[in-house]
Amino acid sequence: MSKKYHVSLTVNGDEYECLAEPQMTLLDVLRDELKLTGTKEGCATGDCGACSVMVDGRLTCSCLVLAPEAEGRSVETIEGMAKDGELHPLQQKFLEMNGLQCGICTPGILVAAKALLDRKPDADEMEIRYWLAGNLCRCTGYDKIIRAVMAAGEEMKGA
Amino acid sequence: MHDILEKSGFNPDANYKVVGTSPIKHDGYDKVTGRAKFSADAFAPGMLVGKVLRSPHPHAIVKSIDTSKAEKLPGVKAVITREDFPEKKAGTGAGDMTRIAMAREKVYWEGHPVAAVAATSERIAKKALKLIEVDYEVLPFVIDEVEAMQPGAPILHDYLRTKGATGADADKPTNIVERSVLKQGDIEKGFAEADVVIERSFDSKPMHQGYIELQSCIANTSDDGQVDLWCCTQAPWVYRDRLTAIMDIDSSKIKIQQSELGGGFGGKTTFYIEPLAVALSRKAKAAVKMTMTRAEVLKGTGPVSGTHAKIKIGAKKDGTIVAAQSELSFQTGPYTGSAFVNAQQAIWTRYDIANVETLCYEVVSNRPKVASFRAPCVPQIIFGAEAVITELAQAIGMDELDFRLKNAVAKGHTTIYGQKFDEIGLIETIEAAKNCDHYKSPVPEGQGRGIACGFWFNRGGETTGTMSLAPDGTVNIILGTADVAGSRMSMAMMAAEEFGIPVDRVRATLADTNALGFNRVTAGSRTTFSSGMVVVNNARQIIGELCSRAAKMWKVPEEGVIFEDGFCRPASSNVGDFEPMSMKEISSKTTYTMGAISAHSEMNVTGAGPGFAVHIVDTEVDKETGFVAVKRYTIVEDAGKMISPIQVEGQLQGAAVQAIGWALNEEYIYGADGRLQNAGFLDYRMPVASDVPMIDTVIVEVPNPKHPYGLRGVGEVPLTPGPAAIGNAIANAIGVRPTSLPMSPPKLLALMKSAKA
Amino acid sequence: MPDLRFEAPGSLADAVKLLVAAEGPARVLAGGTDVVVQMEMDMIEPALLVDIKRIPDMGRIVQEEGGFRIGAAASGMEICEHEALCAAWPGIIDGVKLIGSVQVKGRATITGNLCNASPGADSVPPMVTAGALAHVVGPNGERDVPVEQIPTSPGKTSLGKGELIESFKLPARPKNSGDAYMRFTPRTEMDIAVVGVAVNLTLDEAGVCTAARVALGAVAPTVLLVPECADALIGTKVDDAALAKLAAAASAACQPIDDKRGTKEFRIEGTGVLARRVAQKAYERARANA
Repeated sequence: MSKKYHVSLTVNGDEYECLAEPQMTLLDVLRDELKLTGTKEGCATGDCGACSVMVDGRLTCSCLVLAPEAEGRSVETIEGMAKDGELHPLQQKFLEMNGLQCGICTPGILVAAKALLDRKPDADEMEIRYWLAGNLCRCTGYDKIIRAVMAAGEEMKGA
Repeated sequence: MHDILEKSGFNPDANYKVVGTSPIKHDGYDKVTGRAKFSADAFAPGMLVGKVLRSPHPHAIVKSIDTSKAEKLPGVKAVITREDFPEKKAGTGAGDMTRIAMAREKVYWEGHPVAAVAATSERIAKKALKLIEVDYEVLPFVIDEVEAMQPGAPILHDYLRTKGATGADADKPTNIVERSVLKQGDIEKGFAEADVVIERSFDSKPMHQGYIELQSCIANTSDDGQVDLWCCTQAPWVYRDRLTAIMDIDSSKIKIQQSELGGGFGGKTTFYIEPLAVALSRKAKAAVKMTMTRAEVLKGTGPVSGTHAKIKIGAKKDGTIVAAQSELSFQTGPYTGSAFVNAQQAIWTRYDIANVETLCYEVVSNRPKVASFRAPCVPQIIFGAEAVITELAQAIGMDELDFRLKNAVAKGHTTIYGQKFDEIGLIETIEAAKNCDHYKSPVPEGQGRGIACGFWFNRGGETTGTMSLAPDGTVNIILGTADVAGSRMSMAMMAAEEFGIPVDRVRATLADTNALGFNRVTAGSRTTFSSGMVVVNNARQIIGELCSRAAKMWKVPEEGVIFEDGFCRPASSNVGDFEPMSMKEISSKTTYTMGAISAHSEMNVTGAGPGFAVHIVDTEVDKETGFVAVKRYTIVEDAGKMISPIQVEGQLQGAAVQAIGWALNEEYIYGADGRLQNAGFLDYRMPVASDVPMIDTVIVEVPNPKHPYGLRGVGEVPLTPGPAAIGNAIANAIGVRPTSLPMSPPKLLALMKSAKA
Repeated sequence: MPDLRFEAPGSLADAVKLLVAAEGPARVLAGGTDVVVQMEMDMIEPALLVDIKRIPDMGRIVQEEGGFRIGAAASGMEICEHEALCAAWPGIIDGVKLIGSVQVKGRATITGNLCNASPGADSVPPMVTAGALAHVVGPNGERDVPVEQIPTSPGKTSLGKGELIESFKLPARPKNSGDAYMRFTPRTEMDIAVVGVAVNLTLDEAGVCTAARVALGAVAPTVLLVPECADALIGTKVDDAALAKLAAAASAACQPIDDKRGTKEFRIEGTGVLARRVAQKAYERARANA
């Protein structure tokens, strides 16, 4: 029996605890232990961005964070993006502008795009494209994703 | 035969309220909040974790497998090998399928499953895999299909004989599965009439479908042999029937529920881990969850066929194409199933050419078995075909689009494979391309522009579905086809249009295999068309039933009731003075009128309208490095009539970027050891957001008269001319013709150097 | 297979002690963007991971003696967001910006980039041309090592058992000097360099190059610091003739391999092309840094 590590962390403002094997990742903890499956696995090597989360305010691939490293950290996931029953402007624009097709990359892209717009709501097309280069999407050709992010930024600026 | 297939009721003058709008899709809400349940997002009570042991060799005899140490590891609940699957004769459909799922006599590619383990944790399962001892006798291997065709090449299957072969070698073991010729006219005579002849060779490498959702499934086999399978699939019924075929389980005992599908593009029309999960679950007597890694997906699941093509084409000075001859070879992996016939039929199906001969070879080699991908086998062949079309136009000195227009097929044309075209939109599409802003704008300095024209048949086929009316007057649809990118919404929209109610009052869900009769795979751009036919037919049945119930309630003859915008009304004042009755009023009183109102349709849908597209691409090539930047991309395509324009645009834009990936960088790279070198998203280079421009769309609507809403499939057409258009753009940018996919920087740099020399 | 042990010591001394006492393979964990991936891909099976991020000050980026001190655990994004560092060493920033996506840079460190000892590491050539020193701490005390002496071959470093990098020292940026890094990849992002070139040069008031360092990535088992390339630039105004000489020297220095990421021919030719482009950019930056 390999040693398990006690991990206590905050996810979307709520406290959680679990026991994790040291080779487990934060992604495994979120999905398999906490059953927060909105964060997706697409590669487990940091190359697709489907597992994007915020760790202590920093955009990160949760597949690259080992579970014990998450001890005491504050994590934000897609499940925490809508606040007080209201969709975030990004979520709303993705719906209205068809920024998603199959939807598997969508949570990661929304988390990553929010990290950008929170710093820079007026990011232009190329800034958004380069910021989201770590998030693969195979359905949309990115066009409607980029437009939806720009539209959401526009709305966040006005807010 | 259903009436709707004969007389679709398509009305070119109708004004639609819902069809043609772009409402938010109902499945979108859970997808933006992380609540949508994809295949890996499910858990079952007492669930074990399954992992697969895969062959490190591209070709080897599996002499023995010793699982005893793995079985003894605490936490291991089942280990399976070939012994756990019934013998099916090699070279038959079931024989091939079972050997792809789990190797039997030999392993045929690096990544071929040889054993699988179910354990209480992933770590234990992975540890157990390392304890399985496989004794291989390593054999010589062959990766490339042209090499596999040569005399003396390592033979994969001793039993294989070439279908369609004649002569002395016809009864010798070979890697050529099939030799097939499709021809019309007199090819010699045709070339004799030509003023200009172009002849070139092309090749392409396999690319992967690249869906982001890893295959994942949960299988539970009850002690009496019932199988409950949850998985991501484009083909639940096909998976069921194949499980029956390879595992001898009655279909009635297998229930497959499809999850949300995180991308498929054809790659999820065939199973991989699913039979292993079923076998593990049967042995372990527990539910087993299996999820592939990305490396397993790239090594173990179907890429597309790599190809070689020799193409010769001739035209008269006036621009008439008179002859086209080609010899095409297709990689299929170790077993048949490349669907090369698509390419054989589609290579020239844009042009009316009197003399055509297309010779095809399907060849086995030590690669993963290919799987379907958007217009299987067609884009990589059109890459060469549209290159020589462009070169012909340039040689004759005609505008490229005028040249294509001059030879374009139209209504009444009979194809080489015998289909007589009804209304098609090729001419309208080419004309729209000529008139679009992109084509009319000058090519920016330093860039090259490419044009190509593509085609896909679009399919129909066996489709089932039900529809029911709830007491509150809302409508539920159960669909047999998968929702690959928004078809539930399109179905809801067509139903809402039929009933004249808001689309919010209609919901569509995806059936499990017990809920409906057989459905063909969700592929071939058939879904919105075929399930749409079923949905409209069901809606019309329900409307008939609503009128019948209203007639009963009013005590008037059925002919006296009409249905309009969600209400039954008297057909005229002669019928009586009745207030219109809503769907809700009727359906809330079904207790008194013969029971609930629902409808079902089972069809073998015909009448799919072929689709055509023109792509216009501007590229800039770094002449010192061979780096290609796609600067502008426009797709012009006939969609028949659009149900949801925003979804149609999305299909086109997504296809364009897949085409960019295929054209520029995506490929399977093998080492000298026959192992895949780039089994990860770092080195399997799919386009990222910063690699591509916005994708403009110009959508032409030439309605398909065979569908009640005039639609044509749009899933595959938009990929078919993509690599060709990019190839033509690069050729025009650098002044020399690239002939090998992908057109990666080292290849282009070498090409530019050789042109200079 | 030994079970994995994870430790997150609170002091450098404890980290060294853990590493010295390790039975079986041990790895220092900073950003983890190589270590975790290599574990996932079954390329490594460490028995011990020592997470250095809980050691105080390991993430610091501070000005020191006119230059900078960068702690071993500072993430790529933290480095890219440090305005003074960006202004002084834009070539290093060019390199750090290319280490994976925003997500990866949120974790990845230049320490890991160096110690992973891949010849294609993007931050290494500009760190080499900058003359950066790695501050190494171990059981036998502390030492400063030029960064180019850390990797010895792909995947191997000169660090002894129990040694780890605590921080890097970047020198002060002289007036009229500038650096730049570029790489070639088939995609715009999310790739490993097929070739990479860094140039750091200093000019006199007339714009004549008085000192230069040129480093090449992904064309040899380790990043190469090529004096012949520097010689091509020194004493010139980085004109066409100098650039041609530089390109030839850069191509000549390459000892590349054919692999999935590029061919030998492509790497040799591409290195020359990039060397020219990078030197021009470094020259522009030096001119602007009057």
